Amino acid sequence: MSSSATVQADDSKPILGFWIYIMTDCVLFASLFATYAVLYKSTAGGPSGYQLFALKNVLAETLILLTSSFTCGLAMLAAHRDDRKQTLFWFAVTFALGVAFLTIELTEFRHFVVTGNSWRRSGFLSAFFTLVGTHGLHITIGLMWMVILMWQVFKCGLARVTIRRLTFLSMFWHFLDIIWIFIFTIVYLRGAIAP
Amino acid sequence: MSEHEKIVVAQHDTARGSLASYVAGYIFAVYLTVTAYLVVYNHLFSNTTLTVVIVGLALVQFMVHMLFFLHLGRETKPRWKLAVALFMIMVVVVLVGGSLWIMSNLTYRMTPTQQNNYMNNQQGI
Repeated sequence: MSSSATVQADDSKPILGFWIYIMTDCVLFASLFATYAVLYKSTAGGPSGYQLFALKNVLAETLILLTSSFTCGLAMLAAHRDDRKQTLFWFAVTFALGVAFLTIELTEFRHFVVTGNSWRRSGFLSAFFTLVGTHGLHITIGLMWMVILMWQVFKCGLARVTIRRLTFLSMFWHFLDIIWIFIFTIVYLRGAIAP
Repeated sequence: MSEHEKIVVAQHDTARGSLASYVAGYIFAVYLTVTAYLVVYNHLFSNTTLTVVIVGLALVQFMVHMLFFLHLGRETKPRWKLAVALFMIMVVVVLVGGSLWIMSNLTYRMTPTQQNNYMNNQQGI
């Protein structure tokens, strides 16, 4: 019994620590959301979100990220079953969906910049690129992290320490999905309601 | 991993999901996302009501993700994760609400030209 109590303590403390990191990251995003909410009307004669956003692409992005969150959950279940093949398969699916999401996002960014609506155009666009770009940067880091951990699982199997790392990654990934829900609602849907 | 360790981990890692919770969370989340999208796409209500409805749906979806994907409800006592999460929500409310309050007050009391002049005058500080 005493050994099992130690195991629990070993796992729950780092997980709580990572949870605290995630919550502070929420505060970072909250400050970017506040900036966006203050600046979204400051278009300086440039286009507003109403004119810029292609809502169908954004819905696709949202559903892709949501599905990747789900497949990430399936990967974790496989990891806890000690099923290396399934774990790698579901993380590969998650990775592919993450890349698809990032591709759509960067295509949108590129389109804005090419048509003269970069972050230099107005306060609204500065806030938009900072908020959505920070999320995209988190996704990029998450994808790199995923590759490293998949390599670890492939090489060394599902040791307890690897499962713990995978747990951190899955928490990070679910958290990014939550942030995206608010970007989807406050930036894109709110922007599409009225000019 | 030894057999003993495996059993121990299985017994104690209560804060992780089951297939049922992930599937339920996924279905709820897709449903809420598509609803929010369709409500805005078809412009079902007036502008103000629409904003309230989509923010409400986002908050419900936030709860769904917290419970079904991050398993906040499965924690055993003492609920440290919940405590940290509630503190985060408080900070976020103060930060976002406070910023919007201050800035709307500023717009109410000063015209944009006055604001620009003031900022230009204060640049040398």
